[in-house]
Amino acid sequence: MSQQFLPDNPLPQEVRVPDEMAVFSPEVEAEIDRHLAKYPLKRSAILPLMFIVQRERAGFLDPPGVAYLANRLGVRIMDIWEVATFYSMINTEPVGMYHLQICRTLSCKILGAGTITEHCTRRLGIKPGETTPDKIFSLSEVECLGSCGTAPMMQIGFDYYENLTTGKVDELIEKCRSGELSNGVR
Amino acid sequence: MFIGAIGCEPLQLRRVNLENSRSIETYRKNGGYEALRKVLDRMSPDVVIGEVKKSALRGRGGAGFPTGMKWGFVPKDSPKPKYVVCNADESEPGTFKDRYLMERDPHMLIEGMLIAAYALGSKATYIYTRGEYRYLIEIMDRAIEEARAAGLAGDKILGTEFSCEIYTHTGAGAYICGEETALLNSLEGLRGHPRMKPPFPAVAGLYGCPTVVNNVETLTAVPDIIKMGGEAWQKLGTEKSGGTKVWSVSGHVNRPGVYELPMGYEDMEKFIMEDCGGIPNGRQLKAVIPGGSSVYIMPASDIVGKKVKMDYEGLVAAGSMVGSGGFIVMDDTVDIFESTKNLTEFYKHESCGWCTPCREGTDWLVKVFKRIARGEGRPDDAQLLLDIVDNIEGKSFCPLGDAASWPIQSAIKKFPEDFKRHLLPLTNGKESGKEGLPTI
Ligand SMILES: Cc1cc2nc3c(=O)[nH]c(=O)nc-3n(C[C@H](O)[C@H](O)[C@H](O)COP(=O)(O)O)c2cc1C
Ligand code: SF4
Ligand code: FES
Repeated sequence: MSQQFLPDNPLPQEVRVPDEMAVFSPEVEAEIDRHLAKYPLKRSAILPLMFIVQRERAGFLDPPGVAYLANRLGVRIMDIWEVATFYSMINTEPVGMYHLQICRTLSCKILGAGTITEHCTRRLGIKPGETTPDKIFSLSEVECLGSCGTAPMMQIGFDYYENLTTGKVDELIEKCRSGELSNGVR
Repeated sequence: MFIGAIGCEPLQLRRVNLENSRSIETYRKNGGYEALRKVLDRMSPDVVIGEVKKSALRGRGGAGFPTGMKWGFVPKDSPKPKYVVCNADESEPGTFKDRYLMERDPHMLIEGMLIAAYALGSKATYIYTRGEYRYLIEIMDRAIEEARAAGLAGDKILGTEFSCEIYTHTGAGAYICGEETALLNSLEGLRGHPRMKPPFPAVAGLYGCPTVVNNVETLTAVPDIIKMGGEAWQKLGTEKSGGTKVWSVSGHVNRPGVYELPMGYEDMEKFIMEDCGGIPNGRQLKAVIPGGSSVYIMPASDIVGKKVKMDYEGLVAAGSMVGSGGFIVMDDTVDIFESTKNLTEFYKHESCGWCTPCREGTDWLVKVFKRIARGEGRPDDAQLLLDIVDNIEGKSFCPLGDAASWPIQSAIKKFPEDFKRHLLPLTNGKESGKEGLPTI
């Protein structure tokens, strides 16, 4: 029997039950209010709010951020996890400051997405799904991003980089290292 | 990348190449918001729906359902609020037309949504945009603000009794949220699982209220239908596929891009080999997937010299479908086994997990594909893939299961050599337990 069913540990996700709640600036609160005002039901704002919390809490939904969301939306902690784990853009684990997301789907694939991924792997020393030890870069392979006409492509945060070549990738990585490039998180 | 019309005057793409095409000034100088004016001044909601019916406009999201008919299903006497939702989730591999329509001409979508809202009696509308298109949400938000400042959105639009809000909403990376009922669940703040149909969204959709979900390109067609009249717009295309259609073209072509063509454009071969500039590097055309990834693959032999008509009927007759209108063009360097594996991995990743045939089936498909790719292909593996597919197609909760099945069925049927090559010989000496030739 796994430990989670022992009487003194009734909640398997107990470690996930936060003991503190995130606090945000008045500007962020106002931004959140603007989203909530769009919908007759508060819960509808769950995704826009998750993006804000994730942006404000170092890139992922940490337990205090989750507690905040549950409280603000009037739902259970579990409801937040339920939704968070469904959507690939909601991070439940920390990610690097620059998240390089390379499209791997067919149009990009036949125009060289594989070369781009290999090149990033070599340059960064990490495989797709990993983060560099200094937490600067994360690398992912993602599905079609609607940029097939300008393939191959990647997204860094929310920003599109299209018609990629290995040379362009080198430039981008340099600019990330020097902090010249926005990490596209907003 | 090319953006423009071929074989007709640009309608949907009329303004996309103008300077400042996003601004409300450019839009109004080039015929923008005239249709809304006309609707509010002289047309009743029923007359608007009548014009859309006459136009033979069919939904551009993939299913091709007649738009006027869909609007007609919304119960007029319902005391509940009604919603118009724009499906801007555009995640079908090979499809990127909605992106450029919104990026270059956001006011056209706003005008289309307002006319739809007027016709259906809706006071609140949502644009559900895929999360990765954040910059488009920002563009739409700015355009909505411009429209509001000009009295074109919000309260008492153009001084009439018609009031309507337009809100943007973000997805967060889930292909299934393009399916309209999954989209509605997502918009209600739930996991994006599809819902049982019926009830259809027109009767019970967002928050249980009558809702019309339409693709971006469907809604952006509406202003021109109103301005020209439904009949005139229909005549640009064919009897059953009215008007013009915006196609996305990617892959091995010299001129990828977004092309507006009249429905029924006479020859798919001419389109690829001339209009899109042909195949680069002197290679040969091998195959085209014409409707986004979820349709049957077409070998070159079904296209070249066949005068395939580019509309709903023409593509079905040629063995495929219009789908979302995303052409993926492949030259003779592409191994169709590899391309089918790539797409199957997409469907496995995007299966929402709600129903067993699709969740387990796509997982097994990928396992078999990977094993074959490792060089452990067994003689009967093509049949095995078809058997798994047979347990998904028509047996899953939503059409994603079919979408995952069709590429495999058609690829094995049309390109058996590309599969056989991976199945024979048994490179690592493992026996399959069955003797004889592959059963494809
Ligand atoms: C798995 C799946 C994904 C879909 N993705 C999209 C999409 O990204 N965009 C879209 O407009 N329609 C998509 N659809 C079609 C919608 O369910 C729906 O038919 C469409 O939004 C209706 O609008 P229309 O009549 O204007 O085409 C998808 C359907 C399925 C089954
Ligand atoms: S067919 Fe696939 S995507 Fe559709 S409900 Fe079933 S598991 Fe979900
Ligand atoms: S296949 Fe890469 S963006 Fe569409």
